[in-house]
Amino acid sequence: MAIKAEHLNYVYGLGTAFEQCALKDVNLEINDGEFVGLIGHTGSGKSTLIQHLNGLMKATDGAIYYNGRNIYDAGYNLRALRSKVGLVFQYPEHQLFEINVFTDVCFGPKNQGLSRQDAEKRAREALTMVGLDESFYARSPFELSGGQKRRVAIAGVLAMKPEVLILDEPTAGLDPRGRDEILDQIAQLHKERNMTIILVSHSMEDIARYVDRILVMNHGEKVFDDTPKEVFKHYKELEAIGLAAPKITYVVHSLRDHGVPVDDNITTVEEARDEILRLLEK
Amino acid sequence: MLKDITLGQYYPVDSKLHRLDPRTKLFGTMVFIISLFIANDIWAYLIATFFLISSIRLSQVPFKFMVRGLKAIVFLLLISVSFNLFLTPGEPIFRLGFLKLTREGVKIASFMGVRLIYLVVGSSIMTLTTTPNQLTDGLEKSLGFLKKVGVPVHEVSMMMSIALRFIPILVEETDKIMKAQMARGADFETGNLIQKAKNMIPLLVPLFISAFRRATDLAMAMEARCYRGGEGRTKMKPLRYGKQDGIAYLVCLVYLAAIAGLRIMG
Repeated sequence: MAIKAEHLNYVYGLGTAFEQCALKDVNLEINDGEFVGLIGHTGSGKSTLIQHLNGLMKATDGAIYYNGRNIYDAGYNLRALRSKVGLVFQYPEHQLFEINVFTDVCFGPKNQGLSRQDAEKRAREALTMVGLDESFYARSPFELSGGQKRRVAIAGVLAMKPEVLILDEPTAGLDPRGRDEILDQIAQLHKERNMTIILVSHSMEDIARYVDRILVMNHGEKVFDDTPKEVFKHYKELEAIGLAAPKITYVVHSLRDHGVPVDDNITTVEEARDEILRLLEK
Repeated sequence: MLKDITLGQYYPVDSKLHRLDPRTKLFGTMVFIISLFIANDIWAYLIATFFLISSIRLSQVPFKFMVRGLKAIVFLLLISVSFNLFLTPGEPIFRLGFLKLTREGVKIASFMGVRLIYLVVGSSIMTLTTTPNQLTDGLEKSLGFLKKVGVPVHEVSMMMSIALRFIPILVEETDKIMKAQMARGADFETGNLIQKAKNMIPLLVPLFISAFRRATDLAMAMEARCYRGGEGRTKMKPLRYGKQDGIAYLVCLVYLAAIAGLRIMG
């Protein structure tokens, strides 16, 4: 397995009057090649959790294993870990700083100590992966549209060739088209390069379509860890913690309440359509 | 890491001192500072000590927060005390090479030390019991008379409150950008000074851009709500003196009179 967290605890402002527990005994395993969704409302600890996974934050208590090695061991190379576990922050376009798109994407690989040629090769690959062609290379990152900026920033992390890619709300503030493009590209990375992906979001609709497994966080605790179908069955509990199952779940459940024998394992609109058509044909 | 920085050291409890009008506290602090410079004998310092300790008790702020501010002036304190101790001419009581300790030196140095410590602790009481916003409000009101001579008092105090408001936001932003660049392999710790300065570019450029973006957004939001300077602007929480402020003013004046009286008589 790629990442394993054991009894992870994190307390903000330890020893001050403003002590606050952000993670409470979190255990999780992320396997190689998995596409995992991490869901929770604002302040549930999901952003804190992912910053632990690449060693940017150090847990107050507990351990994290990457490929079987404890990252808190003395002498563990955290910088090397960060290039293996790529983290794309929320609004990553705010981290762009170079004079043009191409040099900005080269920043990561250069920090890894690659030669200029290798770094540029990586940058070219990464920009192609996010669907930006050569006409963008020489442009200033600040004159691009919101969605384009974000793709440049994601390319900046991809250029480091991470084995695991973590994205924190990659679609926040984008229009529906930009959102679908980014999510499709992430799904493609998963499929074609077999990259392990952790997608943080609070939109069940976004996540349900793509991921194999969903982790739900609430008040710093992991409350669910299962396939989308199983998690969405708890839609009433999800509502109680300020989340909602995809709208189609509600449609399916109220159909069942009205005596229509639809399958309640449905999580996407497409599945629901097929199921309803099947019932109508009967 | 960066989150630990607190500016304006407001300590949130609900004490008699916290409830005073910021103008009263500004006045009180001024009175206390002036009194320290008037005081020149042991009795005056005893009165000042009593005044200070009563204020600390009234503020309900733990004593260790009061002395925290002293850390910053430890050096200044050491230097000024030792200079006064050894370089004041007068009746020598102890000699070590070219250094001599005089009776006058001991007196001046100890008064000096006490004065510096009291200055810091006294002004800490104000900053610990008054939020930065209350403080700027109080300053704006107290310095309002300067408007007549063309000083843009309101504008300056508005700028001060905006700056104060933005410090935690920018600190958080710095933290975020720093982490984002560290996730891309940036290194902010190693290297010599020039290397370190160069490594700051990926942090500073985005930070400046975001500061400008926030500034234009804020200007826009203020204009959208018809902000056009202090002229005719009313406040949601106007400063109003209460009974306790009157009492506080009286106490301060009596205290100042006592110290001044001692000086004149002595």
